Amino acid sequence: MNHLLQLHQHVGVYLVLAAFLLAAGIFGLIRRRTLIGMLIAGELIFSSAALNFMALNRFTAPDPTVGQIFVLFIMGLAAAEVAIALSIIIAVYRNYRSIQPKGLSELKG
Amino acid sequence: MNDPAAAFPFADYLVTAIFLFFVAATVGGALIAALATRIIRGVTGLALCCIGLAGLYYFLNSPFLALMEILIYVGAVCVTIVFGVMLSETDEVLPERFKHKPYPIFGFLIAAGVAGAVFLGIAKLGHGTQWLNPATPVTDNSWKVTAVGNALLTTYSMAFELISLVLLVAILGALAIARGGRDKK
Repeated sequence: MNHLLQLHQHVGVYLVLAAFLLAAGIFGLIRRRTLIGMLIAGELIFSSAALNFMALNRFTAPDPTVGQIFVLFIMGLAAAEVAIALSIIIAVYRNYRSIQPKGLSELKG
Repeated sequence: MNDPAAAFPFADYLVTAIFLFFVAATVGGALIAALATRIIRGVTGLALCCIGLAGLYYFLNSPFLALMEILIYVGAVCVTIVFGVMLSETDEVLPERFKHKPYPIFGFLIAAGVAGAVFLGIAKLGHGTQWLNPATPVTDNSWKVTAVGNALLTTYSMAFELISLVLLVAILGALAIARGGRDKK
């Protein structure tokens, strides 16, 4: 019981959770049939990396600012990635009238 | 951290309950985001997942990142994706060749197998490793927002400038790409 009450002080809980987020993201990337769904799955993978950085930073790193700043940069890059990806998706939708990756086969050999 | 049990009798249980709530929000949100058939539900799942992650960042001693997670992910990323959903037709329809057949279970099994293998491997690695404590004990003072601000403007000032440049270029590129195919008339 005491072990359960200290659950938020264990690095393993956060790492397993980050692994679950990564797995959910990979599952979504394989399974989704639209570009926006794949984008959401990519965001899950970003979040998993950020949680991993933060957990190891909290429990093992000597300098706690490093992880926070790194996660902040990950968030900035994720925001930039979403902006670019959505503009590409809108351009694709305008040309193909669909955002299913199966239809985007113009360069296919 | 001073002992919360001295101040409030069931503080430990309360803290654990809140922690489990945030864990459940993260897991449930990720499941909705990965499994929902309607894309708008997937976006909602992503928002729920990010709220849970913000709570976990709070438990990891960083209220600054908890705030940033809600501000950037829930406030900016999810809202932008909702705009993308509105501007395009996004519902996942089954391809024509599956209309008269049972649901394609084979691809689902492959995806679940790959994801499950990744989860089991990394979870075993993360949970089984004996992580070392830092050699010098971390003071509570270095978790403050002022420490993050000082580091951003001294040690990481170059990276800070570069990330603002990346954001600027990303916004310009997004405008240029989304503008490209539009009719001139």
